[in-house]
Amino acid sequence: MREVNASEITDIVQRLSIENNIYLDKDVTDKITESAKKEDSPIGKQILEQILTNAKLAIEENRPMCQDTGIAVIFVELGQDVHISKGIFHEAINEGVRRGYTQGYLRKSVVEDPVFDRKNTKDNTPAIIHTEVIPGDKIKITVTSKGAGSENMSEIKMLKPADGIDGVKDFIVDRVKRSGGMPCPPIIVGVGIGGNFEQCAYLSKKALLRPLNTRNPDRRWDTVEKELLTRINQLGIGPMGLGGRTTALAVQILAMPCHIASLPVAVNLQCHAHRHKTAII
Amino acid sequence: MTEERILQAPLKNKDIEKLTCGDKVMLNGTIYTARDAAHKRLIQLLEDGKPLPFDIKDQIIYYVGPTPEKPGEVIGSAGPTTSNRMDPYTPRLLDAGLKGMIGKGQRSKEVIEAIVRNKSVYFAATGGASVLLAKSIKKLKIIAYEDLGTEAIREIYVENFPCIVAIDFKGRDLYENGPENYQIL
Repeated sequence: MREVNASEITDIVQRLSIENNIYLDKDVTDKITESAKKEDSPIGKQILEQILTNAKLAIEENRPMCQDTGIAVIFVELGQDVHISKGIFHEAINEGVRRGYTQGYLRKSVVEDPVFDRKNTKDNTPAIIHTEVIPGDKIKITVTSKGAGSENMSEIKMLKPADGIDGVKDFIVDRVKRSGGMPCPPIIVGVGIGGNFEQCAYLSKKALLRPLNTRNPDRRWDTVEKELLTRINQLGIGPMGLGGRTTALAVQILAMPCHIASLPVAVNLQCHAHRHKTAII
Repeated sequence: MTEERILQAPLKNKDIEKLTCGDKVMLNGTIYTARDAAHKRLIQLLEDGKPLPFDIKDQIIYYVGPTPEKPGEVIGSAGPTTSNRMDPYTPRLLDAGLKGMIGKGQRSKEVIEAIVRNKSVYFAATGGASVLLAKSIKKLKIIAYEDLGTEAIREIYVENFPCIVAIDFKGRDLYENGPENYQIL
């Protein structure tokens, strides 16, 4: 059994919350650079270049790349041989978010209740925390900052098994089409397939964590991802929805077993400000 | 298409008439920020027959909720938010004299009709280019609803703020005809 101080978790979440919002990962800027070269639409090209310039300015000036610094969605892989001492796990994470969002001058975008007062909690807590228990004595923490523009364009659908792969593909493409410019294209399309209603939504978000320069380890899904990316970029939506060849940078799928009567599919859209950072304790 | 124009706020009809959807615009002058919560309050004032916290005639509203500014900064990061959440409120504001909006994403049929009815214009700015856009904002004053924090109404002065005419005064919509030009059937 390895002892880990709760304060270590807080420190890491604080640091990652801030870094996340300033430094856009190279796999994302590489894809945008590649797309800008190929973009036929003059407006589309200008938008992609603005996004790249903005990414540089954010680092130079130490400012968040986007004003929607998101709700903090945190993925934890908790080794079963770890004991967390001197604090409570979820509180330690939320304290890290609180400090990161306050000290990093990040926007506080969480309201206390979804319908009635919608009063801002003023420290961006509570975070959304997903924890998986894994073998070992390490804790892997991934902090993501998820903006609402793209999140609001996400959807889950319980297909019939008879809808098959064509039904799955059509639902994904249609979801992107109906979203137009609202999720801030170029987007990354996270897809969860299988599981059940809530597991499928979780998979679609987790699918976004895969680096953009990697392939799906399952060859069948790898082929589907490539086909979907082509179809989506043929929609013509383009950067910010104003027309062009670059609508999505990647389609990333995670699938898992499901009930004999079910075929759940979830699509979680991610804007080009694709922010996620990981650390291991 | 894609002419670059320098434009002064508040807007004049003769300037709006020169704009075509797809034009690149560098905007200068004083504009106002407002998003969901501020819109709700503005509409309530109109319904109650009370005056708005600023004279809306010929003005531009920028849909933005900036990050908190660090010491020495005029404003934090300040890119556009999704405009369609303001769609239920927008026709009312256009009918009250609002001339322009800056945001991102397509608008409803009702908003486009109100744009045509009132000879106004909708600009798109690049979502997520929030540091770049903040650099065009030179002055800032909170003029209403300070309690709303990031959603307070700010009067801002912009210089060469880059945006694109997304829906022009004739109702031509770049969110429709832009993708049509590039789709592969």
